[in-house]
Amino acid sequence: MDEILSRYKKPSDVIAVLQDTQEKFSYLSEENLRKISQHYQISYAYLHSIVTFYKAFSLVKKGKNVIRVCDGTACHIKGSVKILEELHRLLGINPGQTTADEMFSVETVACLGVCAIAPVMLINDKYYGNLQMGEISGIVESYKKQESEK
Amino acid sequence: MKTIYVCYGTGCKAGGGGPISDKFAALCRDNEVRVKRTGCHGLCQEGPLVHISPDEITYTKVKVEDVQEIVEKTIRNNEVVERLLYIDKAQKKRVKSKNDWSFCSKQKRVVLKEVGEIDPQKIEDYLQAGGYKALKKALEIGSQQILQEVNDSGLRGRGGGGFHTGRKWNSVAKATGEQKFVLCNGDEGDPGAFMDRSIMEGNPHLVLEGMAIAAVAVGASRGYVYVRNEYPMAVEHLQMAIDSAEGKGYLGQNILGSGFNLKIEIKRGAGAFVCGESSALMRSIEGKIGQPNEKHIHASDKGVFESPTLLNNVETYANVPTIILGGGKAYAATGTKKSPGTKVFSLVGKVVNTGLIEVEMGVSLREIIFDIGGGIKNGRKFKAVQTGGPSGGCLTADHLDVKIDFDTLIEYGSMMGSGGMIIMDEFDCMVEVARYFTGFLIEESCGRCTPCRDGLLQVYKILDRISKGEGKMEDLDTLEEFGQYLESSALCGLGKSAANPFLSTLKYFRHEFVEHIEQKFCRAGVCKELSTFVIDEEKCKSCGMCAKVCSFGAIQVDGKKYSIDQSKCMKCRACLEACKFGAVSIAGRQ
Repeated sequence: MDEILSRYKKPSDVIAVLQDTQEKFSYLSEENLRKISQHYQISYAYLHSIVTFYKAFSLVKKGKNVIRVCDGTACHIKGSVKILEELHRLLGINPGQTTADEMFSVETVACLGVCAIAPVMLINDKYYGNLQMGEISGIVESYKKQESEK
Repeated sequence: MKTIYVCYGTGCKAGGGGPISDKFAALCRDNEVRVKRTGCHGLCQEGPLVHISPDEITYTKVKVEDVQEIVEKTIRNNEVVERLLYIDKAQKKRVKSKNDWSFCSKQKRVVLKEVGEIDPQKIEDYLQAGGYKALKKALEIGSQQILQEVNDSGLRGRGGGGFHTGRKWNSVAKATGEQKFVLCNGDEGDPGAFMDRSIMEGNPHLVLEGMAIAAVAVGASRGYVYVRNEYPMAVEHLQMAIDSAEGKGYLGQNILGSGFNLKIEIKRGAGAFVCGESSALMRSIEGKIGQPNEKHIHASDKGVFESPTLLNNVETYANVPTIILGGGKAYAATGTKKSPGTKVFSLVGKVVNTGLIEVEMGVSLREIIFDIGGGIKNGRKFKAVQTGGPSGGCLTADHLDVKIDFDTLIEYGSMMGSGGMIIMDEFDCMVEVARYFTGFLIEESCGRCTPCRDGLLQVYKILDRISKGEGKMEDLDTLEEFGQYLESSALCGLGKSAANPFLSTLKYFRHEFVEHIEQKFCRAGVCKELSTFVIDEEKCKSCGMCAKVCSFGAIQVDGKKYSIDQSKCMKCRACLEACKFGAVSIAGRQ
């Protein structure tokens, strides 16, 4: 955490600080937020309001694999809702939730900007485009398998 | 010497563009072949794309396993690998080069000229293509002349509003202040749009050069590019571009020996759509909550950090080098009289060819959808085209011959927006489209003004009710009334235009709303409560495709007779999509 704080000097860089912290720890813990608040002399309350305003930030810990389902217009008319239903069937969770074993989190995102290969989902940093409903269970299984082999 | 251009745009990268270019590089170690990772070639759905020059051969849907064969045949023996050529449905044949695709026929690439040609990670590529010559010229001719050229060009802001760029630059140039800023809005939030992403990823120097010219014109010495959080590759390429441009003296201190300084930094967004709005974007750069301000204070006087600020969109800046090199008057002669130049669109949804296109202003919707886009997928009927994102609206088959520019789109109840163009077919429900956009806007409302925060929620409740068959006819009047309130009383541009999606669908597709309310019927089969699926015995050929794709075992087979068990049907429409004979039809609520 101290390393991240040393990267940015100005209070106006606080969003970048939060982003780097989120990236490293997958969420923003109260402890880390307190540190950021003190370091940049930003009140904890205001910092909290920044965190809850921007969608990229999370106050709760996410699963090892974060599945982001794009719900942009192109993906929406090509079946993003069905992808979410299929993920619910496979993992038993809705967007914003994490599985009990902390393996997967499911989220929706406003638009990933790869609309030409809609519908799209992103798992960690890998894109899956032109998704067919039948493919999804295989993709999810491959992540489960990877994890069990570790 | 042959050059292999491997598309490394996000779409093609998703399909394996990275490993493909690595394998080409591994197999072509000699000096006779160059392998380039480039930005988006345009036809993303056929990706990963590989183009080879000087042979001018374009391969589509390339897999890593194909690389060996391409190297052996095309690179070493000048043969074409027929099976990897694109099948052009309009020409009914495989076409050798992307230059001859129908998809490219009516396009005019100005902003995208080098996207797909150069390696965005290498400044040398950009310089070889004539990069930073416009900046050099700009430094020579000076502020007044630059302002004159941009003014003469008639360039209008590509971010959506279409404000006259020259006028904006002039007011910032005239503003007094020790420190001025140039900002680039790369917070491309409209769902269904990825033009700016492709420009930032595929030719980042072009954007920086445009910004630098703007900085010379208005007298700014600092700049920020604000990029969406969802675009990691754009951030990466821009940062590399800034570093290398500083290294070569095109940015930073004493640019090209002129004594002019410009420091450009990147700010990453954090997933808030509203930050694409100018004042919200500036608050976000300052490290604050991205809520818009009232517009009585102009950014040209007090923008970011209370300083005079020029804010333009990515594509607007990307047009500037062309204007400086070719002259404002020459630019003004292209496109239409009131909207000169070209526009980049992301053509997506239910068309045959989806991807990134650039056309001259004044081209018709029909040319875009049917000539470039190849018409509607699976031979279905065109229903609507959505432009302008959540601030825009839907146009119909009656508008296909409308010549597109900033003003015509507004005249018909939509808007240009940043350039997302989503094509919808007969199986898309317009009530659901209105509900979708309103839902999007509720999520993204910054919460500051009441009409947007609370008004949209009421609109959503009404639309949701209609889509569930619980609507009343007077709801339609209420929607129109709410639309007027939003337009007249919301604080920012996004709130004022938030009514467009439901007002325009209501205007052009009122009959669908009425069907939902009075007949409890969704003709597109989208609203689950208002549609059932049945198999038409006469059209059914007993091929069994529907049973194969149904995940819920709802297809019953009795000898050769297929039917749907309504108690098991989850209304996922898989059978409807799969049936080649149109035997699955949509009925109302049972």
